[in-house]
Amino acid sequence: MPLSREDVEHIALLARLHLTAEEKERFREQLSNILDHISKLQELDTSQVQPMSSVVVEQSRLREDVPGLAMPREDLLSNAPDVAGDQFRVPPILDTSP
Amino acid sequence: MNELHTLSVGRAQKGLRSGAFSSRELTAAYLKRIEKLNPRLNAFLHVAAEGALKAAAAADKKLSKARKTKTKLPALTGLPIAVKDVLTVANMPATAGSKILEKFVPSYNATAVQRLLDAGVVILGKTNTDEFAMGSSTENSAYGVGRNPWDEERVPGGSSGGSAAAVAAGLAPVALGTDTGGSVRQPAALCGLTGLKTTYGRVSRYGLIAFGSSLDTVGVLAHSAQDAAIILNVMAGYDPLDATTLEGKAPKIKLNGKTSLKELQIGVPKEYFIEGVQPEVTAGVREAIAQLERLGAKIKEISLPHTEYALPVYYIIAPAEASANLARFDGVRYGLRVEDRNLIDMFSLTRGQGFGPEVKRRIMIGTYALSAGYYDAYYGQAQKVRTLIRKDFEDAFKQVDMVAAPATPNTAFRIGAHTGNPLEMYLEDVFTLPANLAGIPGVSLPVGFDSQGLPIGLQLLGPHFSEELLLQVGHVYQQAADWHTITPMTTDA
Repeated sequence: MPLSREDVEHIALLARLHLTAEEKERFREQLSNILDHISKLQELDTSQVQPMSSVVVEQSRLREDVPGLAMPREDLLSNAPDVAGDQFRVPPILDTSP
Repeated sequence: MNELHTLSVGRAQKGLRSGAFSSRELTAAYLKRIEKLNPRLNAFLHVAAEGALKAAAAADKKLSKARKTKTKLPALTGLPIAVKDVLTVANMPATAGSKILEKFVPSYNATAVQRLLDAGVVILGKTNTDEFAMGSSTENSAYGVGRNPWDEERVPGGSSGGSAAAVAAGLAPVALGTDTGGSVRQPAALCGLTGLKTTYGRVSRYGLIAFGSSLDTVGVLAHSAQDAAIILNVMAGYDPLDATTLEGKAPKIKLNGKTSLKELQIGVPKEYFIEGVQPEVTAGVREAIAQLERLGAKIKEISLPHTEYALPVYYIIAPAEASANLARFDGVRYGLRVEDRNLIDMFSLTRGQGFGPEVKRRIMIGTYALSAGYYDAYYGQAQKVRTLIRKDFEDAFKQVDMVAAPATPNTAFRIGAHTGNPLEMYLEDVFTLPANLAGIPGVSLPVGFDSQGLPIGLQLLGPHFSEELLLQVGHVYQQAADWHTITPMTTDA
């Protein structure tokens, strides 16, 4: 199933991925080819098959919720591109320009 | 003394303990090889020369004290090792081969790394990888293509191509890799090494920069099954920081000196011996299976009927998980930020400039497969077919102890051969993907060369937690055949 340019733009928006015009065209073609190959799965009747939801052999389990020290705050902040005090600083979320 | 870089892990351990050579001498020998050969191979992205020599000096003190007082030391004291750059080592860069993490320096160790450090290893540095481990050639690294020491115009495989090239060329005795769809076994096959992909849940994923969380495993690139077993024993076991690790003490793997494979039943799946596979690979793998038979194994043709669906299943599930995992790279907490006047545009520009083409493609596929209206047709169907692929293996392991097949359809291909066509590249992993979907372990073993002198790999796949059996069979094979001892000529000079 070939993707349209609008499809590519919609997916890129959902993924928060800025693409150049050239990338959009290349991905449109390449993703269409890949999806075409993937659609092979539709030929299998899986109406009686359960989806595989876990890879682990044993049942998953819960642990006690014990408070403890995690990573020091300064270590976590040390890799951030922009920090104010002990917080991450980001650009405005709402556009406040007049 | 100039042959230190050719020692097995076992011999290096013995030499260090007896004092035949020091950890400093051993570490310096590898650093010298790195200095000489890394400009050609681009196997290491970061060399921690100073830190490694310091750690080696500290190890030497412990070793000499232990010799005097006759006390026991941790198993790997003084042994140099390389780590794939998707695993965190405290205070060393962790780029995952991506520009988006160019300046990221984590403050903590991955659990696998921590356990190796506790056992006394010296970390030489971080090895090249396809960006976020997405690729089969190390061409998708943002820091330059990796090269194959058997032929530098060819790829080392991927995504653990840097680790594979490093071990094959004698820049490290052994290295950590990760395997999400074949990223340990495939480069091991292409570089003539023994590659161990562990059972999902055997080694903690804490500190592994996540790609596909239901598929990611930590593994080993080594010269021999014996070397791989030594490293696995240190890394494996329950970790409270990874809820999918198996609870309880991990049973230690003990390889014995047996030279016969009597009682062993090996299944040969017909779906792996198909047209389109390089004939020399098929022939080399058939010959290796014949050798296993001569060693006493019973060989039986079997079927894994859903093999042809592994690729489409994988290219829905892995990108879907990746698109969720990589959402965290948004320019806020770590890595690259491309400034813009509002938050959403900052996210999009940062990700648009920080990620390379293959990562973008996979994020796009995954986002599409999970998006409203397509979820059932793609992701839902893939999860169901994944059940069928796992069941294929469960059925097979009722008849046989393990499966033997080619690790890859081709030997090392030329740099640039598939770069224009992502699907062609995906097909290079067609034989390794099923094990990740099923969560089972696998070992790839060097079993010969094609007419161009490029290594051929056999892979053995076994039931969950059958690493000991797989490595034991590898060990028996490697006592009878010497392919794993042959190293590339190009790097001997």
